[in-house]
Amino acid sequence: MLEYTEKIREIAKRLLEENVVDAFIGYRKGSVPMMNQPVMVKNPDEVHLLHWDSHSGLNLCNYLTKRTERIGIVANGCNSRNIVTHIIEKQISRDQLHIVGIPCTGMINHRAVKRAVDYRGILKVQEDGDKFNVKCRDFEKTFEKKDFLQTNCAICTHRNPVEHDEMVAKPLQEQENIEAYNDVKKTEQMTSEKKWGFFTRMLTPCIRCYACRDACPLCYCPTCFVDESGPQWVGKSVDLIDTMTFHILRAYHCAGRCTDCGACERVCPVGIPVRQFTKKLNKDAQELFSWEAGLSLNERPPLDVYRPDDYNEFIR
Amino acid sequence: LKNLLEHIGIEPGRLHFSWVSSSEAAKFVEVALEVSQAVEKLGPANYLTKGKAQVA
Repeated sequence: MLEYTEKIREIAKRLLEENVVDAFIGYRKGSVPMMNQPVMVKNPDEVHLLHWDSHSGLNLCNYLTKRTERIGIVANGCNSRNIVTHIIEKQISRDQLHIVGIPCTGMINHRAVKRAVDYRGILKVQEDGDKFNVKCRDFEKTFEKKDFLQTNCAICTHRNPVEHDEMVAKPLQEQENIEAYNDVKKTEQMTSEKKWGFFTRMLTPCIRCYACRDACPLCYCPTCFVDESGPQWVGKSVDLIDTMTFHILRAYHCAGRCTDCGACERVCPVGIPVRQFTKKLNKDAQELFSWEAGLSLNERPPLDVYRPDDYNEFIR
Repeated sequence: LKNLLEHIGIEPGRLHFSWVSSSEAAKFVEVALEVSQAVEKLGPANYLTKGKAQVA
């Protein structure tokens, strides 16, 4: 996907020079390997900062909330779905945006790469087509990208943007016959006791840094419920029950809105698979409401409309 | 919400939702009995509960 970089720079330069947009949001290379940073370019002379490769896993939609200027933004499948969700939820209007669509072949899981080189210090990661080369101080190895995809990218069925003004390349063939929810189904089979044990073990390392919340484009409340102090909805320590409450509620706030972009999981400093919560809700949204978030500008999400035939087996 | 809580290990039968109008006294009694019986059967809640604050 490296070849998109030049194209993105070209488009950004044109948009800024022709005054189509006031700012362009994209990624730049991070200060450490595999960590691209978001960047907002306002001057056509700065477009050389823009970059795209398989480490662009943060969700840029975060930077759109309540903006008033005209913005150009790069968007792959999941990011474009988040932009649609933002528009539906009236956080930004479609006319303000110039969406540069990117057919995405998935992001590389940086944790898997570190594991694969035995946690040596990585100096450089160079991508080349569907392979990538990892350089450490006295070690070098080339890997296949398909073996190192982020888990959400491996099961992705929306690699092409759903909404765009122009594309940097031809749309890709979507993946088919994907069993997306195998892990959730496995958990569903467990007894209550096993489930509780599973999630307890999963959340014990959580340090409540709220990085998952901050990375999530859906979490744009001015004050998050965990930061409220009057009333204080949830305890602030790393007490397991408080941590659990935070994670359950965070996930539930994303019900019917999550696009499984994987930003939450990517940013977790202790590597908790936080998508295990949102995925369950995505599965429910799909099974109970035949809904996948952010696919259309004209449809309201299931949790803000009432239909007489809505699922209501839980209520008596 | 019910699905998610049961997914993380809250026992089915611990959490109940119902809609009872102010004119439906009989239904209220029925629901209350049903809930209390279901919960009694499960015994005390052990998951997602907080004990007294423990001071080190």
